[in-house]
Order: sequence, then C-alpha cells, then structure tokens
Amino acid sequence: MIRVDGVSKRFRDHVVLDRVSLDVPDGATTVILGPSGTGKTVLLRIMAGLQVPDEGRVLYDGRQIHFGRFAGNVESTGGLGYVFQGGALFDSLTVAENVALALEETTRLRRAEIRSRTDEALRRVGMAENAGLYPRALSGGMMRLVAIARAVVADPHCIFFDEPTTGLDPAVRVRVCDMIRELREQGSRILVVVTHDLEAARQLADHTFMLRAGKLVQADDVRKEDYEQAYS
Amino acid sequence: MRVFTAPIDYLAFLVRCLAGSWDLRRTWPRFLAQLWNHGVGALPVIIITSVFIGLTTAVQTSYQLSGVVPKYFVGMGVGRLVLIELAPVLTGFIVAGRSASAMAAELGAMRVSDQVDALEVMGVDPYRYLCLPRILATCVGLPVLVVATEVIAVFTALLISARMLGVPATDFMYGMTHFFMLRDFVGGVVKALLFGLLIGTSGCYFGFGVSGGAQGVGRATTRAVVLSAALILSVDFLIAFAFFKT
Repeated sequence: MIRVDGVSKRFRDHVVLDRVSLDVPDGATTVILGPSGTGKTVLLRIMAGLQVPDEGRVLYDGRQIHFGRFAGNVESTGGLGYVFQGGALFDSLTVAENVALALEETTRLRRAEIRSRTDEALRRVGMAENAGLYPRALSGGMMRLVAIARAVVADPHCIFFDEPTTGLDPAVRVRVCDMIRELREQGSRILVVVTHDLEAARQLADHTFMLRAGKLVQADDVRKEDYEQAYS
Repeated sequence: MRVFTAPIDYLAFLVRCLAGSWDLRRTWPRFLAQLWNHGVGALPVIIITSVFIGLTTAVQTSYQLSGVVPKYFVGMGVGRLVLIELAPVLTGFIVAGRSASAMAAELGAMRVSDQVDALEVMGVDPYRYLCLPRILATCVGLPVLVVATEVIAVFTALLISARMLGVPATDFMYGMTHFFMLRDFVGGVVKALLFGLLIGTSGCYFGFGVSGGAQGVGRATTRAVVLSAALILSVDFLIAFAFFKT
C-alpha cells in the first residue's frame, strides 16, 4: 500500500497540494481525477519520488521514500513503472531498445530472456511490428503504447499512469484502457492513474479521488454533472 | 547565495558521477560511442585549427626573434609554446565549444522531456548511464586531440618556416629537439586531462540542471561553454604555476 501523508506543494504563491493524504491499496486501480492544472501530475510525481514536496511524506508498505532527483527508491517501492504523459522515450534507442533498457541495465538476465520479455511486452500492446523503429517515427498514441510496454516489462509492483488516454484516437484509447484493466486483473499491483478523462476514470477505477483547490476528496460515484460543476 | 553554493553543487555532482559504480561491462559501449562523438568527431576542426596554430606561431616567433637570436630559436619557441600553452588551451576551447554545449543541450532536452526521470523510475542510475561515459570520453579524448594538435601544428610551423620564413628545417628541428623538455609535454597532457574532466562535467552538470523548457536548454548550453572556458583558463594558470614556476 502507498500512503501519502500530509503532502503539500506550492509554486510561488500558488498552492497546488494542500496537506493531501491518501491511501492507495494493492490490487486495485486508483484514479485521481481533475482538469488540467489542478496538480494531479505533481501529486503523481511526488508519489513516485520524482518531486520534492514542501511538507509531508510518502510511504510504501510503511517504508518512507526519498524525494527529488536520483533518489533511488527501487528497493523501498518494489519497483516502479511510470507512463509519462509524453511517453519520455529515448530518442536514440529503437522501440525494442527502449523497452529492454530497464532489464538490460538493472538485471543480470540473459540476452535471450530480455529479448523474449521485450517481445512479449510489445506484443501485449500491439507494437511488436514496430520494434525496430525509432520514437521519431511513431505517432503520439504509439509512443504511449511503447511507454506502457516499457513500464510493465520489468514487472514492477506499482505502475503510475499520467494522463494515459489524453490525445489518443478512440481505438488506441480503448487499447490503453484494456491494457490497464488487464494489469489490474493480473494480481496485486498498485495502479495509479491520473486523468481528466471522466469516461476513462469510470472504466478503470476501483477508487476515485478528485483533486480540487489543492484538496483531495473521495469521489467513487462521481457523475458527469458533479464533475463539471466541481470545476466550473 | 547561489554564487557560493554553486561550486559545492558542481563538486558534489562530479563526485556523484565518478564515485558510483562504474559497471564497466555496461558503461564501456556507451563510453566508446561518446569517445567517437566527442573525440573522433572533433578531429576535422582540430586539424584545421592546428594548421593555423602552427602557421601563426611560426610567423610570430620568427618576427619576434628575427635578428636577435640564431634562427634555430624559432624551432624552440614554436615547440615550447605549442606544447605548453597553445595546443592544450586552444584545443580545450574548441572541445568546450563543441562538446560541453552538445552535452548540455542533449541532457537538457532529455531532462525537459522526462527522459532522465524515466531512467530514475526504472532504477537506472542516470549519473552512470548518461554522465560517466561522457566525462570519461572527454578525459580520454582531449589528451589525444591535444597530442594530435601538437604534431600537426609543429609540422605546419616547420613547413612554413623552411619555405617562407628563411629558417632551414635542420635549424628548426635542432631548436625544437635540443630544447625539448619532457616536462613541457607531460604538463600539456596533464592539462588536457583536467580540461577534459572540466568540460565533460560542465556539460553534464548544466544539462542535468535544466528547467524551463527550450529557453532553459539554451541557457544551460551557454553556461556550460562559458564555465568550461573560464575553468580552462583558471586551471591553466594553476598548472603553469605548479609545473613551470621557476
């Protein structure tokens, strides 16, 4: 379980997160909902240890993680996967090399095993045929799919998705949602999705929270009218 | 305040890059790729620059010494100037302009597009993966480039001296070899090694510290080159003082 405990973050005078607390359970998909600019990505980055909060802490199964650049939280988190909004694929590596990177750099698996797991991850997202392409040859949706393959290939305990369905065509959007549901059904992973896409939230969420004016509120049965009214 | 903390940050960054696991099996291929980029890739511009260093030094030395001392002193002047000062410093400037800027821009672009964070989340040490091969490449590549500069510049100076300045090649070579001191050569190579370390570190340091999108990348690139040049001149003085003070 991830426990977010009293996390605050402000940028100059703008309070983005105001003593946010949240428990994210294992084996479920937790969705954090809210329109652009409400601090969802900041919260996700803090949960992944990538950003330093002004106050508060984040614990993975009771172990506190470090924040900021190069904090090195792999052991305390049990491994993280993070699907960045823009994909964050490495330009100089092919699709297959991007996906294989974590295995090559952090494990002592044999080449054949790495290749097999990479192929499997790419096959699951439907990108096996594009394994030899470079990211510049991919569309935004394809990059997102490769980013998902890269996030899951090392079989991490927690996977974070930052706006996974934003800007995708309907077919790719469905595929991404199916992928996240499939990961949910596979076991005890922690899945956290931040999105402003209410429809995707409804499809994916076991638990839904809404971020508004720096506060997080539980909103498991949020309706479209409530959502729109909350941010109008 | 930043003025006081920045040098500590810089040193901490350098230590973090070099003190972690080098994991040579994984770092070696990336080191070779960077050596190709920042060493072999710099050769064409280094060759052109070296030719002009040799030509200008020969003309100036000949002009300064003409009629004052025997002609073989031109060979001595050119040799010592090139070995001690011109080759390390000018080659350092060229590599700083070429490599420190490229490193800062490349790593900065990776930073703003979350690629560095992606490495961190995967559990890949970005210092080892990105910085170590680059810093090692400039440390190894720059001394080799400096020696290449020295050979080309001296040879060019010999040619122009013999053909156009009235200094026979035998006199030039006599002055060059008779006054040659191993310390001059070693001092130049040691300088090059340190300059390489500073250039690689400056490029990576500013690249990693980028914030604020494309504008931030531009700022980092400029700072990497300016700091590299300033550090080259400062360290040049310190080494001159340590090696060559009479």
